[in-house]
Amino acid sequence: MRAALGLAAVLGLTLCACGSPAGPSPSASSTGRGGPTGTVTVFAAASLTGVFTDLGHRLEQENPGLTVRFNFAGSSALATQLTQGAPADVFASADQAQMDVVTKAGLQQAAPVVFTKNVLEIAVPKGNPGHVTGLADFAKPELTLAVCAPQVPCGAAAQKVFAAAHVAARPDTEEQDVKAALTKVQLGEVDAALVYATDVKAAGDKVEGIEFPEARDAVNSYPICVLKAAPNPKAAEAFVDLVRSPTGRQALADAGFRSP
Amino acid sequence: MSRRAPREGGIPLLLLLPAALGTLFLVLPLVGLLVRAPWSQLGQQLAAPGVGEALRLSLVSASLATAVALVLGVPLAWVLARTRLPGRSVVRALVTVPLVLPPVVGGVALFLALGRQGIVGHWLFTAFGISIPFTTTAVVIAETFVAMPFLVVSVEGALRAADARYEDAAATLGADRWTTFRRVTLPLVAPGVGAGAVLCWARALGEFGATITFAGNFPGTTQTMPLAVYLALESDPPAAIVLSLVLLVVSVATLLLLRERWLGRSTVAS
Repeated sequence: MRAALGLAAVLGLTLCACGSPAGPSPSASSTGRGGPTGTVTVFAAASLTGVFTDLGHRLEQENPGLTVRFNFAGSSALATQLTQGAPADVFASADQAQMDVVTKAGLQQAAPVVFTKNVLEIAVPKGNPGHVTGLADFAKPELTLAVCAPQVPCGAAAQKVFAAAHVAARPDTEEQDVKAALTKVQLGEVDAALVYATDVKAAGDKVEGIEFPEARDAVNSYPICVLKAAPNPKAAEAFVDLVRSPTGRQALADAGFRSP
Repeated sequence: MSRRAPREGGIPLLLLLPAALGTLFLVLPLVGLLVRAPWSQLGQQLAAPGVGEALRLSLVSASLATAVALVLGVPLAWVLARTRLPGRSVVRALVTVPLVLPPVVGGVALFLALGRQGIVGHWLFTAFGISIPFTTTAVVIAETFVAMPFLVVSVEGALRAADARYEDAAATLGADRWTTFRRVTLPLVAPGVGAGAVLCWARALGEFGATITFAGNFPGTTQTMPLAVYLALESDPPAAIVLSLVLLVVSVATLLLLRERWLGRSTVAS
């Protein structure tokens, strides 16, 4: 297994020596001699689920013979999996800290680039049963409240905004990733949760979003990189290029992400 | 009960080899845990805030879950094994569903039943203001849901294996069914009940998916050891290993202790 991974790493390095730094157009670098084929595995933060799934389909349509596989989870869980040797081509993290875990282990093929940004928003169930109006409501003991665990990026961001706003938050649960926090809102089991603006948008009319001014104190930057041990570096580059292309930017903006 | 392995004659290689591989397969990850454990920072990690809290919560909730499972599960196993109620096999299939259901799905199902918007929970919340999710009660409920089938299955097995003629004799001597159950059946299957309870407790202690879904994760209230391990793994893998070791030591010690005290040696075969 280790030998196989080592071989993959060597192959990845040789193949990638020619890889240009990510350009804006997806077709520019992926059409050398035919588009990328095979399977490309993308490890991406849970908040990217919607946009990346769509971009993956688009890339598959543009390149017959290519399969894009995703592993969506909390960025910190993904970083752990990668440092434990999980085979992947691309890593997109919801914050710099978890990307640092991966780059400190020397797993990146080139320096990660920030491709988008996200801010926190308060998500409440439809009709706002807890009458939540702002961040200060997270200090109310009578409300059932969810935040992300401080170990994952959305939880780290939550701690930052609470500190900036001087709110002594009293959450009832610290969820393992942002989607788990959102699910609790969708089920109507919590009065409010602190999630990303993009999650509120993705949930459609099942949840309502409340923006709050302190959100600007914790803007998450999303870095992406091709991994050194990528089994399919060509397709990996193509995916990263697509994400950074005008098409990708538009898809991210449509989903509520901010431009980098 | 007195099946005894033949001591004479060599063990066939075709059995010995897979048996040895099976043992290795099950033991090797534990060896990995022990070898890679950060022994030098052990004391420091154990003294970290939250470890004792999570351990206490785990032990209390797993024991409560086992108690609930005993109170409800033993009668259920008796009904399944000893009565001819119509629809018995359907009931048996239904109560063992949590064995195959992914625990996370179990957690969502518990929300839909007992959550604030759930079919029963909605009524509890509007009528009495009781909200179960995100409480220690929710932890116990989630663990009971996942672990009770283990107890039911082992007690039913013990009941089926027990000699029904003792119960018949008690009945011909004039004992009613409740007295027979209490004075004859229960002592007869006590080792099976004990084994089932231990299995149930161990499953409850390790429960993760249903707990983190239905009870959430908050230190001191709902964060049991497996949840603490999972979250520690995200930020501090050595701490996660230490927490896992603690859980491992506690469960092995408890199982050994219970087997010595409570179960006698023969129950291993039942």
